[in-house]
Amino acid sequence: MNVFDIIGPVMIGPSSSHTAGAVRLGRVVNKLVDNRELGRVEITLSGSFAQTYKGHGTDRALLAGIMGYKSYSPEIRDALDIADKRGIGYSFTKENIKGAHPNTARIHYFLKDGTDGVMQGASIGGGNIMVNSINGMKVEFNGDNNTILVMHEDRPGVIASVTNMMHWGYSDLNISNFRLSRQEKGGDAIMTIEVDNQPPEKLVDDIREIEHVTNAILIRRV
Amino acid sequence: MIKYDSISQLVEKAEHRNIKISELVLEDQAAAMEMTTLQLYEKMQLNFEIMRQSVTEGLKPDQKSMSGLTGGEGYKMSEYACGEGEPLCGRQMSKAIARALAVAGCNAAMGKIVAAPTAGSCGILPGCLVTLYEDRGFQEKDIVMSMFTSGAFGMVIANKASLAGAEGGCQAECGSAAAMAAAALTELMGGTPSQCADACAIAIANQMGLVCDPVGGLVEIPCIKRNVSGLMIAFSAADMALAGISSEIPADECIDAMREVGDALPRTLRETAAGGLATTPTGKKLRDKVFKGED
Repeated sequence: MNVFDIIGPVMIGPSSSHTAGAVRLGRVVNKLVDNRELGRVEITLSGSFAQTYKGHGTDRALLAGIMGYKSYSPEIRDALDIADKRGIGYSFTKENIKGAHPNTARIHYFLKDGTDGVMQGASIGGGNIMVNSINGMKVEFNGDNNTILVMHEDRPGVIASVTNMMHWGYSDLNISNFRLSRQEKGGDAIMTIEVDNQPPEKLVDDIREIEHVTNAILIRRV
Repeated sequence: MIKYDSISQLVEKAEHRNIKISELVLEDQAAAMEMTTLQLYEKMQLNFEIMRQSVTEGLKPDQKSMSGLTGGEGYKMSEYACGEGEPLCGRQMSKAIARALAVAGCNAAMGKIVAAPTAGSCGILPGCLVTLYEDRGFQEKDIVMSMFTSGAFGMVIANKASLAGAEGGCQAECGSAAAMAAAALTELMGGTPSQCADACAIAIANQMGLVCDPVGGLVEIPCIKRNVSGLMIAFSAADMALAGISSEIPADECIDAMREVGDALPRTLRETAAGGLATTPTGKKLRDKVFKGED
């Protein structure tokens, strides 16, 4: 903690959990979309998010984050209009997601190239977030650290290939957290790798080259 | 390095070196954050600039919250403060009230604010500091420095108790903001570090037990007006300390008591909108007006 955690952050009101945290959840999707063209998003709100989203501007905040705005961007207020202008479709549905944190959003995004993806995460207070799942696979990261997501086929040796390459190619990188999740044996799997340092963009390209890796995304601090 | 786990330590260190708490904190935080004191100062200066922008934004006559439940309080109060008759609290205090309302209203209207320490209590510090800057001729550099004192007191409260309404009730948000502002005001007026601690202690004592009971769970009713009570307590606590009135209970013990009281508050009075003003017949009616209409 430093003095700017107390006098700060600069943010768009009214609520650190329902507005600022919601922007950060949206920003995770922005990173997942990764500069590809977004067609529409279907956003499911659960718990307190579902009950009070209009009064807190949670809908605008999520959409603003998805479009890449930050928790201090004044554009948050006009995010619905901005999405309309950019031709990004959106819908908000209330649903009680079982066992989820009270401030949970599930964002299903559809890209213009026909592919799609789903992220589920929660705003856990004070602007902090926890991403719970990506494409139906369990993950667990808070966006405070640089996080590398590696989507791959569940085959022996893939983890070793990725971590070895990280070590030999980028010896300064230190992994602070690692998690593997898979849909079924031999099916799609996802590695969540958090690192202490600021990894170069090229690392992601190098990971994508590895056999059985289908995609890799670097989510810098959101 | 300073651990920010007691107010008395801040006072001792500053008095031992015969410097202000703000100077001590700026130096310490620059070392901790591996930045220069100038970089830190400029970062804080930007925060003060945004606070002034939030005041301007919130004083607009058409200012309205997202829910539509509140809006325009800053404008009304400012018109009254600058109107013909002399307000009960005097012009300066009435303008300070208007500024606190303006910033809290700006927050409710999805405007840009500096959380200080939280979004719900964001009007107190700017209400105090912008008033000294605009109406009392204080220099910007002194005001920006005083924000480091505020921040240091806030860090101690965060470490020893809590700044979150969901944990400690409104005393943790508006109470902490009032204590932080009282310390800054005291330093700006030439008070000693121990007088800053007294002002902090008095402010905390005077908000002890305040519950967090937002109507509809929104940061509007009663939050916006509670920023004003926090501001009044900050000014009066600072003036008492400057008059040489000390707090019988030391600041650190007041903060410990605040934590104990916060822990003892029922869940219904900690930001759950399940008690207090939130569940009064009118509170429930207002909630339904905002949230039921859309279903």
